[in-house]
Amino acid sequence: MSRIKEFNLPDLGEGLTEGEILAWLVKVGDTIELNQPIVEVETAKAAVEIPAKWGGVVTKIFHEAGTTVEVGSPIISIDTDPGAGDLPEPSAESLAAVTIAPSEGAIEPGMVGSPAPAAPGLGRTPVLVGYGVREASVKRRPRVSTPAAAASVAPVPAASAAPAPASVVPPAAQTVAPARSGPVLAKPPVRKLARDLGVDLATITGTGPLGSVTRDDVHKAAEGPSKPAVVAGARPVPVFDASREQRIPVKGVRKLTAENMVASAFTAPHVTEFLTVDVTRSMKALEKLKARRDFADLRVSPLLLVAKAVLLAVKRYPMVNSSWSAGTNEIVIKDHVNLGIAAATERGLIVPNIKDAGRLSLRELAESLNELIRVARSGKTPPADMAHGTLSITNVGVFGVDTGTPILPPGESAILAFGAIRPTPWVHKGKIKVRQVTTLGLSFDHRIIDGELGSKFLRDIGEFLTDPEAALLAWT
Amino acid sequence: MAKGKAAATRPSGGGSDAPAGGFVQLLTPDGDHVGSVTTADGTTYSVDFTDEEYRGLYRDLVTVRRLDAEATALQRQGELGLWASLLGQEAAQVGSGRALRTQDMAFPTYREHGVLYCRGIDPIMPFGLFRGVDQGGWDANEHKFNSYTIVIGSQTLHATGYAMGITMDGKTGSADGEAVIAYFGDGATSQGEVNESFVWAGVFNAPMVFFCQNNQYAISEPLERQTRIPLYRRALGYGFPGIRIDGNDVLASYAVTRAALDNARNGQGPTLIEAYTYRMGAHTSSDDPTRYRIASEVESWKAKDPISRVRAFLTKQQLADDDFFGEVDESARKLALDLRERVLAMPDPQPVTMFDHVYPNGSPEIDEQRAAFTEYHASFEGSGH
Repeated sequence: MSRIKEFNLPDLGEGLTEGEILAWLVKVGDTIELNQPIVEVETAKAAVEIPAKWGGVVTKIFHEAGTTVEVGSPIISIDTDPGAGDLPEPSAESLAAVTIAPSEGAIEPGMVGSPAPAAPGLGRTPVLVGYGVREASVKRRPRVSTPAAAASVAPVPAASAAPAPASVVPPAAQTVAPARSGPVLAKPPVRKLARDLGVDLATITGTGPLGSVTRDDVHKAAEGPSKPAVVAGARPVPVFDASREQRIPVKGVRKLTAENMVASAFTAPHVTEFLTVDVTRSMKALEKLKARRDFADLRVSPLLLVAKAVLLAVKRYPMVNSSWSAGTNEIVIKDHVNLGIAAATERGLIVPNIKDAGRLSLRELAESLNELIRVARSGKTPPADMAHGTLSITNVGVFGVDTGTPILPPGESAILAFGAIRPTPWVHKGKIKVRQVTTLGLSFDHRIIDGELGSKFLRDIGEFLTDPEAALLAWT
Repeated sequence: MAKGKAAATRPSGGGSDAPAGGFVQLLTPDGDHVGSVTTADGTTYSVDFTDEEYRGLYRDLVTVRRLDAEATALQRQGELGLWASLLGQEAAQVGSGRALRTQDMAFPTYREHGVLYCRGIDPIMPFGLFRGVDQGGWDANEHKFNSYTIVIGSQTLHATGYAMGITMDGKTGSADGEAVIAYFGDGATSQGEVNESFVWAGVFNAPMVFFCQNNQYAISEPLERQTRIPLYRRALGYGFPGIRIDGNDVLASYAVTRAALDNARNGQGPTLIEAYTYRMGAHTSSDDPTRYRIASEVESWKAKDPISRVRAFLTKQQLADDDFFGEVDESARKLALDLRERVLAMPDPQPVTMFDHVYPNGSPEIDEQRAAFTEYHASFEGSGH
């Protein structure tokens, strides 16, 4: 055996995968004795001193203090017979011997020589005792490959009892009785997984012991029909290719959006209601507005009428324009509507608001909307414009979708999603006509707004959009 | 008897290092031999060793500590998956282990390497278990030493059942009868199994000794999380005597265990011995005791070391000199190196051997599984098939 021996970091505590080198107690050139402490290593379980496995002279230290090292990789090499003179230049054979020697370490027997590529971290690593074990990537021994000569052999009939070298069938699969009768075998956690994924266990052919259904089987079934005619034993290994992923640091607007969404989604219990309305008259009213001289310089869109509808409906149901104050145990009803408009910008989603929008005339409202959208698109919305919103609209219709279930901006109690307006067959005055139809989706904070209030609010918005002129006359 | 040994009889209570309520102590931390101790119930404990036997106890203590240190190093070097060190508990184990007679049966936890050694068993026996090359399935009857038991406290039930068995076989009730000793720790006293064993052994007068090494910690849980009263007093509630000894005093451990075993073999029923000691190392090699113990506590126990007090006694009584101590260290070192070599040479098992001992006479189902498993392994490269 070679004079130079490499010492691999062992698994110091039942299932650990790595350790951090805290301090080296020896340096290259030091003469050390068997069991002399050489290094301090900290794992998830403990900081320990490792005693030298061989006496000799330290020839190499592989990692500086502060490095985290995987279990099984070399950390130090020791010349175990330094008195024997200078080392010869390492030959290929001696190098091979060096790499084989550490198999005395923590490596699974049989691993030496040709380790299989590490499988993606699919394996779960159960541990009986201890704390802080990371999931390890599972290393497996390579399977016997298909002998090339056998490839030309005609396929052996499946019924034949003769061994078929062309396709090495895993015995696990062989022991599975293909014709299963009686109840499906599966462990309780697998049954739960199947339930969660909506998979019927009876439809799965199990690959586990005695034909039991495994986690993998359930996952595969949930992913849909498997690819046809895969030879058992040549089960395709999912390929992990990091170059096909793009990693974007979460910061800025994305980070804020995520925080707001999480904060809102998990504090305010959301309810969403939908209402499909015929907005043909609103569209006609818009045409009339556009024709007016005092609106001539303005861009008017259906969003303007939706905003107006919301503002009028809030006057009838002020409770909708409120917020939940958990600190003081109060519901705060606001007499001003700071109307938020969700805007998609290059930097991400922002929700600037029009301050005290309820006091604005229709023209002023249109001006404010235009300005808000222009500034948002330029990416220059000041923080003050995004603060203190009380109620919001998200115009998902511009993306061509019908509606959505929006998440409340933090501190607000209602948000209206406004979908695409489409020509749709609709019953109008007793006959089916093609009408301009859209769907509204209203999410509200169910702590404050009961179903009745939310429904009435949504219904009034719908009434306005169905016949804006009549609603204006009736409500103002 | 040792030269110059103090002949005075001391009341139960031990020295200044004793916990509240006292304990039986025959050798103080300074190496002074107390002679004999009479407890409140009138029992007198003493030892009557020859000089050679005193030196033999010292050799035992040093050897088991040295072998244990080698095992700890082997674990850190990746040669053992796990090791449970006995450091600090040598006296409790050597004293009680040497008190056992050939016919007595011992039921260990996974830490009784010192008892195993004193039974005359090759110390390599449990290393297959900790190296993961066998299941620790040695012949318990051949060695009169049951399997190492990882499940906390369950071995006390096995011991109680065994004790009932030898009773029914008529092997107790005389001075030459058999007795059973069950080892466990302070944490195990909170387990149902241990309490069930106490109930059964008390009610049926089982011929056994419950030997609790109270090393103050159940992994990280301190003793005050196990009990409100000293552990040995629990025996009273189950209807048999309990006694506390200085677990770092090999003489007290020997004297009290021998007396308790004799009571058992004579049909006088069980005894609980609480050996008050301290685990100087980690619970196992996977544990970091600095997370739950303070250094000053460990330091205070260093002053009560079980080996240095015997060395002090031997020196004071001029029973041994530096040549002797040097020779003991050297022979222990050689044993440790020999153990290391043999552990490294342990063959890896063939995976298929796991089917060998499932049933004594095999079974068709196991045969089928063995065949399938063999074929599965043959499907890997380098499997030699």
